[in-house]
Amino acid sequence: MQDAAGGLGAAPAKFVEMDRVALRYGGPDGTLALDGTTLSVAHGEFAAVVGPSGCGKSSLMKLVTGLMPCTGGSIRVAGADVDGPLKIVGMAFQNPTLLPWRNTLLNTMLPLEIVRPHRHRLRQFKDKYIAQAKELLAAVGLAGFEDKQPWMLSGGMQQRASLCRALIHDPQLLMLDEPFGALDAFTREELWGVLQKLWLDRKFTCVLVTHDLREAAYLADVIFVMSARPGRIVATHRVGLPRPRTVESTFDKPFIDLVHAIRTEISRVRDEAGLAARAKAV
Amino acid sequence: MTSLNWRRLNVAMPWLVIIGLLVVWQAIVDLFGIAAFVLPAPTAVWAAFLEYRDAILHNALFTLKNTMFGFALGIVVGVILGVLIGSFRLVYSGLYPLLIGVNSVPKAAVVPILVLWLGIGTAPAIATAFLLCFFPIAVNVATGLATVEPELEDVLRSLGASKLDILRKVGLPRSMPYFFASLKVAITLAFVGTVISETLASNDGIGYLMLQASSQFRVPLMFAGLGVIAIMGIATYVVFALLEARLTGWATRRQDAPLASGG
Repeated sequence: MQDAAGGLGAAPAKFVEMDRVALRYGGPDGTLALDGTTLSVAHGEFAAVVGPSGCGKSSLMKLVTGLMPCTGGSIRVAGADVDGPLKIVGMAFQNPTLLPWRNTLLNTMLPLEIVRPHRHRLRQFKDKYIAQAKELLAAVGLAGFEDKQPWMLSGGMQQRASLCRALIHDPQLLMLDEPFGALDAFTREELWGVLQKLWLDRKFTCVLVTHDLREAAYLADVIFVMSARPGRIVATHRVGLPRPRTVESTFDKPFIDLVHAIRTEISRVRDEAGLAARAKAV
Repeated sequence: MTSLNWRRLNVAMPWLVIIGLLVVWQAIVDLFGIAAFVLPAPTAVWAAFLEYRDAILHNALFTLKNTMFGFALGIVVGVILGVLIGSFRLVYSGLYPLLIGVNSVPKAAVVPILVLWLGIGTAPAIATAFLLCFFPIAVNVATGLATVEPELEDVLRSLGASKLDILRKVGLPRSMPYFFASLKVAITLAFVGTVISETLASNDGIGYLMLQASSQFRVPLMFAGLGVIAIMGIATYVVFALLEARLTGWATRRQDAPLASGG
């Protein structure tokens, strides 16, 4: 795997590129969800997208993964235009969506039954793949829970298993849509650490959509701030904070200043959206 | 009440209710001196069953066989239709109104047409059983497929999963509880279909037996026939309920949890 050479001064290869992307739902007169969204994420980089609710963050996920076609602009992933669902992506959502009829191990191994070439090798190298899945589960603190059914796990554990499922096939791109949104604050902070460790070990390219600014600042190399609908990127923050970051480091001054700055920007775009809506109403 | 006693009572409950019903029935018939050709007492029904048991068993087996054939056909067609309706939007909009229409037609009215096409006896009985039981299976399988979380579909599609992959890995397992729920409805409907057809056009089967008994005012025999159908219905229901518990236990655990802790 190519090393993310960002730290050495060389310009890292762009992995995800969105160029003036627009998305309109429901025909030419429909709602404009995204308009002129331009951003790029380097190979092996951890990007976060934050913004007020309803700004089209989740639409952005669907566009990048090719699950939905954009209505304007262009999207390139790994140097190729996106014109259909990508086949290399790991995804995790706020809802862990584990299959209730499979235990944790088999839930984690689901992508191996789909992704080529693993699906044709699974039977032959079963032991190797099981060992791989167990190792990944152990890395997120789920050793010993392989045989448990999803409903026997707590919400945080289910989300860990969901992360494992998203990473088992070594995807080049991990897309996360508010993965920790439904968890309590302590579990959430714990899982930030888990995710950071996975990313530091494997250096996949990651796009995290969230409305938790501390989460974005803890995890990301670069934070994109989106405006209210129609969504545009209004600010980009490079996060230079040293890694590995800890919950303790979220109380340091640079961290707090960064979160504060982003908070101010989001307040402003929210206010602007409110004013625009009122002006329209009058 | 202790938890163990509670569970024993839970198992005994259906038997207690049936025995209680029979006792009340017997008491009412004896007390008010109701004539056997209006409402025969359970003892009279039992006596009729013993007297005609060979004929009853012969006809019951005939009915059971036809019902099972019709039911099997209903499962095959129901599952295929359900998968098509649940997977393809166009099939749904095209077929659903037609299916509702077919299902709304009283099947008793269709039997004469079936007789015209298929003759009497086994063939129209199987066809009627099939017509009555495929619909709930198709609708439930389609509903089960519709409950797949869209996020999960996104996860699989972004891995390069085909529609068939999603159906095999997620859709079909997800719809299994719906499928089994529909089987329990469908099997009883299949019995209804067979007996309707036998009553109208057959020289065998419980439906035919009851029609004959009715024309000869052998009311206890009619009730014996009814009882045999009911018992066959319950027996097949239990078979599918056990299969369901084995195969889709993951879907019903929530119902068990409060039972286990209650007491």
